[in-house]
Amino acid sequence: MARIIAGVSSSHVPAIGAAIDNKQTEEPYWKRVFSGFEKSKEWMAQTKPDVVILIYNDHASAFSVEMVPTFALGCAAEFPPADEGWGPRPVPVVKGHPQLAAHIAQSVILDEFDITVVNKMEVDHGLTVPMNLLFGSPKEWPCPVIPLAVNVVLYPPPTGHRCFMLGRAIRKAVESYPEDLRVVVFGTGGMSHQISGPRAGLINSKFDKAFLDNLSKDPKKLTRIPHIEYMREAGAEGIEMVMWLVMRGALDDKVDEVYRFYTVPASNTAVGHIILEPHRRAAKKSAGKAKKSAGKMKRAAARVKIDRVRS
Amino acid sequence: MARDQHDYDDIPGTYVFDQERSRQGFGINMFCMSLMKDDNRKAFKANEAEYLKKFNLTPEQTEAILKRDYNRMLELGGNIYFTAKLGATDGHSFRHLAAVMTGSSQEDYANMMLAGGRSVEGNRSKSGKVAKPAKAAKKPAKQPAKAKSKTKTRSKSRSKRG
Repeated sequence: MARIIAGVSSSHVPAIGAAIDNKQTEEPYWKRVFSGFEKSKEWMAQTKPDVVILIYNDHASAFSVEMVPTFALGCAAEFPPADEGWGPRPVPVVKGHPQLAAHIAQSVILDEFDITVVNKMEVDHGLTVPMNLLFGSPKEWPCPVIPLAVNVVLYPPPTGHRCFMLGRAIRKAVESYPEDLRVVVFGTGGMSHQISGPRAGLINSKFDKAFLDNLSKDPKKLTRIPHIEYMREAGAEGIEMVMWLVMRGALDDKVDEVYRFYTVPASNTAVGHIILEPHRRAAKKSAGKAKKSAGKMKRAAARVKIDRVRS
Repeated sequence: MARDQHDYDDIPGTYVFDQERSRQGFGINMFCMSLMKDDNRKAFKANEAEYLKKFNLTPEQTEAILKRDYNRMLELGGNIYFTAKLGATDGHSFRHLAAVMTGSSQEDYANMMLAGGRSVEGNRSKSGKVAKPAKAAKKPAKQPAKAKSKTKTRSKSRSKRG
């Protein structure tokens, strides 16, 4: 059985990609950002997922205004990096996992999430920047990736609650896949930023930090944030944070926060990042339960023995 | 027809790219998208007004594009991820666009970002109806006091420029 072993969230600022591509990561401005992901890369190298499901948004690269799918699941065998106006980023072609993607599509649609199936798609910085932040810059990405593009460009995006519930449905789909795969789910975008209009440059660290706190401890509270509040408090483009809730919905209610990083700014954006794993004590508890029930069985077996002796 | 009013129209300095603006701005965004091809960029640069005729734009939209009035483009249905492609065609960095939209110099904008960005204080509401963060949406009314204190304190260090 496949299972989700962790959730990761990270901003996907395009300038971070440009800094990598132009080899500026050692410059003080960028070092501040990249140093926050050193531990994450170590964690990822140890975690070694078999598949990544990466929730992101397209920025007028694969989808123009001609077609705007709310949830688009990448079911192709590969996804080339898109040309965003400066030539495609020099990153490896993203390999998909068409079998698991097809399984997820079939499962979540029957669960009443009417997603769009995409069999040909280029992926932009929204997907490739978080890959770099967690995997570095290898020649080939170490595992297949299933992209899930969420519309957060054309208002209204899906609600936070809807995103969270889609995460739940994805988890159900993954757990009904027969192959033994270890899956990590990425929620990307955010945190607070506004890049459009006279209010551009807005950052709200208080909002972001509360969001990170609740993402760990009380995600259901986050599912009740209305769109107006994201836009007002975290900037018009800060509404991207609903995508983090897809990731969170795919995890247990109780999680352990493994790591967190937050810095302002990366170009126009507050960079936030968190790694969540299933709650460990819960695992112990269930192990305890197993022991208990094993004990029960032993006692029952002993009783049977005694009964036999008696008879 | 006047635009329907929405709760988010109360956010200052913000043109939310909603369904109505998307309908209205289809031509602007398709024009911007066309600039992803080098041949189109050249054709546009050779004769801007002539090139724009292909996109079924209103006179106001055409004027906004020719004048590089980025805020007006947003108001008339352009979306920032699309209009940024026009900026790139002009050889401008995003910081240039941000400076144009916010009416500041690139240097001032960059400094504002380095100092922590534009504060939300005083920037929530045109009408002044919303001066504070909304109380954390509470349903089963668990620890509302705690949520409140989280969103109220701190953040005095942030720059309020812009």
